[in-house]
Amino acid sequence: MRASGTIRRALHDTIPVMTGYVVLGMGFGILLSTKGYGALWALAMCTVIYSGTMQFVALDMFTGGATLGACAGTSLMVSARHLFYGLSMVERYRNIHGLKKAYLIYALTDETYSLVCESDDEDYCFWVSLLDQSYWVTGSVLGALLGEVLTFNTMGIDFALTALFVSICTEQWLNSTSHYPAIIGLVASLMCLVIFGADGFLIPSMLAITVMLFALRGRIEDV
Amino acid sequence: MFDVHAGYIVLVSGAVTVLLRFLPFVAFGKRRPGFVLYLGRVLPPAVMAMLAVYCLRGVNFLTGSHGLPEAMACVVVVVLHAWRRNTLLSITAGTVLYMFMVQMVFAP
Repeated sequence: MRASGTIRRALHDTIPVMTGYVVLGMGFGILLSTKGYGALWALAMCTVIYSGTMQFVALDMFTGGATLGACAGTSLMVSARHLFYGLSMVERYRNIHGLKKAYLIYALTDETYSLVCESDDEDYCFWVSLLDQSYWVTGSVLGALLGEVLTFNTMGIDFALTALFVSICTEQWLNSTSHYPAIIGLVASLMCLVIFGADGFLIPSMLAITVMLFALRGRIEDV
Repeated sequence: MFDVHAGYIVLVSGAVTVLLRFLPFVAFGKRRPGFVLYLGRVLPPAVMAMLAVYCLRGVNFLTGSHGLPEAMACVVVVVLHAWRRNTLLSITAGTVLYMFMVQMVFAP
């Protein structure tokens, strides 16, 4: 009874991710198939890499003739934000062990992080992680299989992921006593976006956020 | 024919991504210094704001639709969420409004 309740809650909470992942995944699969790589490649990439951004970048390197060194460097830059997620989940996942923990860490994508970062229920975290990956795999494989057959107008549906993050921001804002972390995140990343541009602002943002969080630590922990 | 180079690209980028995901847990698995506990508490709201900005990074306020669809949809999500506290409702309303705006009102 309790288990099915957890799964139902995870299903309900991951519906926005499902929308985003199936659509984005199909976009990825379609792109993959237009470049001559089929459903097996989609499956392999969704398992070995399992990071939307990284998969699009990797696909770009298939044909761009990137060396493996350049590939490793690019991957480091693109995926560096996962260090951040890990740092904030170390304490929350401390009592989980073995394969389950390994899976939870491996499956920690942006969207999964946004749902598990506030939960202390390990089964819930597990189901959210598993469901999210199944949406992503389904979308990508479907996209690769269907190729360019699809013509319906889904333009703008990827906004579901933006809306997911915005609604979580709102929820956290309403629930928190100190608003400094949210304000720091917003101000630091907007400043870095203006200074470094859309392609390279994530890593400066993470550094700026960390510095500001420590600079204002006394004031934040005071609340 | 099997594209070996592409296979290596998948393996290398996958290995780096997985490594980065595991690194904090390996480094702080046994001993969690105070700053890690502190980051665990304050990072989620900061990172969520950063991800929202990341999603909207391509918006250009000077040309095209001037970011109006994005701005209006975001306002709808925030207001609706503050009012009903229903994530699914906020996201659906925001996304449908956004799709309507970019497909009908500001059609390319």
